[in-house]
Amino acid sequence: MLLIPCPYCGKRDEHEFSYAREGHITRPTNGEQLSDAEWAQYLFMRKNPKGVHYERWMHAKGCRRYFYAARDTVTHEIYATYEMGQPAPVVDRGNGR
Amino acid sequence: MSQQVNRLPQGGRIDRTKPLRFVFDGKAYYGCEGDTLASALLANGVVLVGRSFKYHRPRGILSAGAEEPNALIQLGQGNRSEPNLRATQIELYDGLIAESQNRWPSLANDVGAINSLFHRIFVSGFYYKTFMWPKSFWMKYEHFIRRMAGLGKCPTEPDPDRYDKLYTHADALIVGAGPAGLAAALAAGRAGARVILVDEQQELGGSLLSDTQAVIDGKRGPDWVADVIVELRAMPDVTLLPRTVAFGYYDHNLVSLMEKVTDHLHPTSPEALSQPRQRLWRVRAKDVILATGAIERPLVYLDNDRPGCMLASAAQTYVNRYGAAPGKRAVIMTNNDGAYQVALDLVDSGVSVAAIVDVRDNPDGELVANARARGVEILTGHAITRVKGKLAVREVEVRRLTSDGKSVTTDARQIYCDAVLSSAGWQPTVHLFSQARGKLKWSPDILAFVPDKLLPGQNSQSVGAARGAFALADCLVDGHAAGTAAAAAAGHTHPAGSTPVAGAEPAFGAMREMWVVPSSAPLGHAGKHFIDYQNDVTAADVALAHREGYRSVEHLKRYTTMGMATDQGKTGNVNALALMADLRGISVPEVGTTTFRPPYTPVTIGAFSGIDKGDFLDPIRKTPLHSWHEQHGAPFETVGQWHRAWYYPKPGESMHDAVNREVKAVRTSVGIVDASTLGKIDIQGPDAAWFLNMVYTNAWSKLEPGRCRYGLMLGEDGMVMDDGVTSRLADNHFHMTTTTGGAARVMAWLEDWLQCEWPDKKVYLTSVTEQWAVIGISGPMARKLLAEVAPTLALDDQSFPHLSFTEGVVAGVKCRVYRITFTGEATYELNMPPSYAMHVWRALMQAGEKYGITPYGTEAMHVLRAEKGFIIVGQETDGTTTPQDLGMDWIVSKQKPDFLGKRSLQRSDTRRPDRKHLVGLLTEDPNEVLPEGAQIVAELKDKPPMEMIGHVTSSYYSPNCGRSIAMALVKNGRNRMGEILYMPYEGKVVKAKVTEPKFYDPEGARING
Repeated sequence: MLLIPCPYCGKRDEHEFSYAREGHITRPTNGEQLSDAEWAQYLFMRKNPKGVHYERWMHAKGCRRYFYAARDTVTHEIYATYEMGQPAPVVDRGNGR
Repeated sequence: MSQQVNRLPQGGRIDRTKPLRFVFDGKAYYGCEGDTLASALLANGVVLVGRSFKYHRPRGILSAGAEEPNALIQLGQGNRSEPNLRATQIELYDGLIAESQNRWPSLANDVGAINSLFHRIFVSGFYYKTFMWPKSFWMKYEHFIRRMAGLGKCPTEPDPDRYDKLYTHADALIVGAGPAGLAAALAAGRAGARVILVDEQQELGGSLLSDTQAVIDGKRGPDWVADVIVELRAMPDVTLLPRTVAFGYYDHNLVSLMEKVTDHLHPTSPEALSQPRQRLWRVRAKDVILATGAIERPLVYLDNDRPGCMLASAAQTYVNRYGAAPGKRAVIMTNNDGAYQVALDLVDSGVSVAAIVDVRDNPDGELVANARARGVEILTGHAITRVKGKLAVREVEVRRLTSDGKSVTTDARQIYCDAVLSSAGWQPTVHLFSQARGKLKWSPDILAFVPDKLLPGQNSQSVGAARGAFALADCLVDGHAAGTAAAAAAGHTHPAGSTPVAGAEPAFGAMREMWVVPSSAPLGHAGKHFIDYQNDVTAADVALAHREGYRSVEHLKRYTTMGMATDQGKTGNVNALALMADLRGISVPEVGTTTFRPPYTPVTIGAFSGIDKGDFLDPIRKTPLHSWHEQHGAPFETVGQWHRAWYYPKPGESMHDAVNREVKAVRTSVGIVDASTLGKIDIQGPDAAWFLNMVYTNAWSKLEPGRCRYGLMLGEDGMVMDDGVTSRLADNHFHMTTTTGGAARVMAWLEDWLQCEWPDKKVYLTSVTEQWAVIGISGPMARKLLAEVAPTLALDDQSFPHLSFTEGVVAGVKCRVYRITFTGEATYELNMPPSYAMHVWRALMQAGEKYGITPYGTEAMHVLRAEKGFIIVGQETDGTTTPQDLGMDWIVSKQKPDFLGKRSLQRSDTRRPDRKHLVGLLTEDPNEVLPEGAQIVAELKDKPPMEMIGHVTSSYYSPNCGRSIAMALVKNGRNRMGEILYMPYEGKVVKAKVTEPKFYDPEGARING
């Protein structure tokens, strides 16, 4: 059970959050001009990294704000949480994996 | 009533003046306060306590703790009966009733023991090898196996006890209250930290409670423990939890504990009944100090499972702590010095030690000299090669080991004894460390796995024996340092006092690496070398797995079932790994270990559920009119967490009768419905109309204030996700309704887009589902009725047309009135603060009496909307349904440049003309009501397989149509109008004709009453 630092409320138990899919996916505003393949890239294709994953969470049973988290899918370390609109931070995984 | 024949005259921490009566296998015995069931049985000379899993071998008590593989007990009776409890962990209370398991008709005469004659078919992988052919017999085999190889029995009645759950935080959670744990708690507590100290046993103190030699700060071990507990109890931020096992160590330092609150009491005593039986704790700790000690390993010798074979340290615990002797005359086999202190303690207690059989050639530790000086016979370079006695140990055979330790000489000596105590050294209890995904490493000094690298993100310290530091002085230094560090890290720096100082300890000599003790016959002959007692895995099974190629640790485990029993191989796993290493000619760490997983010891399901059962399992949401529905006999339908009135049967009416009456009343006069559960979202802000344009498929910019519009919401994949009517209350103010079940999902969906994609837009959402009660009145008489209770409202079609909104006073209450319909009849949805709902409802009922106003429930509502062909999202749709599939092209704007899901509707697959379309179905027999979910075929065959081209989504009897009606999603359905389709189910075939999904008033003429 993760301990997630909500950027607005502080550290809270995973129980209070809902996972809200991969982060930093911008909705194309020119959908009509995109091919089916390009649209599918936005719609369906998701990263599944072994290591740092930039994802969105919602503090559903708290402030109900969405935010980003940089989480390690191997160790479950959360390197950073940050507000919507901010760029993904570069994470040094330290342990060399 | 038998005597406590093996109760020592003095010593131990039991109270001989407080006898406790208990029953084991129908026979009454006495134990003492402070006993466990295991120590009480031993004191009574009961050594046979169970039968093994596969072979039904007679088994005795092996250990004195959580690691016990043999002494599994069925405790208690009736609905409180609990299987597979370890006798070593059951605290004795007066009136305790226990039974042995896995035997019939009795423990001493067990028919299932015949399995041991068939041991050749019960070898490794026997499930795969023996019972797979012929395939059709598997069910019979399984029945046989389950019956013969079972353990305890589940009670069949519901558990009558209460369970509790608690969440908390700590600066330091300390697991284990032996010397290291107590020293840690003392240091952290003195420094001012918030400390939780847990120990699975009833008394804190751990090994110090059975250690005759320990001296700390000049005090005897138990006296030091008592003083420490007094000091800890006085600290307000220190919580002491005896009888509590830390069973799971999860991400980010979350540890689960199970506190046995009343298990040591008679279950029907007032004290037990006034408290929860067990409590599950979830502790998020800044630091977890693992002072979990170590578990002794048995040596693996021939027929090492005879009742009376025991871990050396267990015998020491029974003698020193419980005043119970494991027998009258013991033989001890060891590869290390520790067992010599056991011998000395036994001798001091009056138990005779026939011999110490040391597999080492030249043991030279201090304790060896002490034992020699006390006149204990020591057979160095020897091994026990056989144990005799079926239901209890009678004698052992001892032979000299060859120098490589792989075989024994021919000269044998028999030694009479009734207890065989063995020690192969100690394995630190690394379970929690490993559960936290810490990595282990092999320590060649102690021949055991010890904690190595911690997973980043976890913060834990392993101290004392749990990290392989067995000396008392090391435990105290470790504990004190860890406690101080944990407190300092949490910002607590009061003086922690000095490190407790241990008295002089004897220096230990080196161990000899010895896992499987050879006998005069090859492995697997002349008897069995058990490694995993509980799952009956022998050294020969491990060798067989090796021969058959199951050599990796994971294969070994699954092929032999090694370590898969309820004890999870606490005493056997390292022995099995070491044997496999030996067979493969590699080192133990190269074989590796399997992953330790929670729970450390079994946890009751009751503790996990806590109070979250029955009515507390899930919140129940009731509308403000709930009591009225109850009083009028309505059964309730569960929609999400809501309870909605289903129908209102009058005396003597069936559900069918009641629903038909309600449905007809709405079409002929007026019906009244409680629609309060509808999801409602208040949307405000200058960009609100823009926002609705994005989330709905149709256009919202030009909707005038005071008007309402039906909207369909799509996911980005173009599939229908929700629908509802949204009203423009003012230029920048909308009132959205959602489906009852979809409200929370829609709210999160809208928030998602606003916060993540369009944060610059000024739109503000507020859930107002519970702020507005909703009463719908529907039918040709609805307008007349409303006019009577709301005389100030202008209700003519000009002033208040269909799909509009107004505010006004209804029955004296200021209401928002929406003229929208889900029945096809003229309908007014009155919204008011919930506290006024009952008043308005009653006023409408009273005024409507002359029209025969009829309350209708969700079932009638569904029939009414189906007659009109109105969809229910989640019933006519399933996440793969587009608006076009539903025939709702009309609601998808062609002009809007963008909305969620728009682009996906252009994908080749969503544009396909032969997708599944929503159609109506009229059965050939008008009284035949199709089951919802029925599969549809176009081409009927004699038997499956047949191509299924769709399914029935909604199906009812419609009294207004005088026949059954159904809707269905059918492949290429819109191009099949008039076609006959087939629904084979329950041994018959129903024929139905494809129609438009509109059955009543298709022109919509009734909307104005």
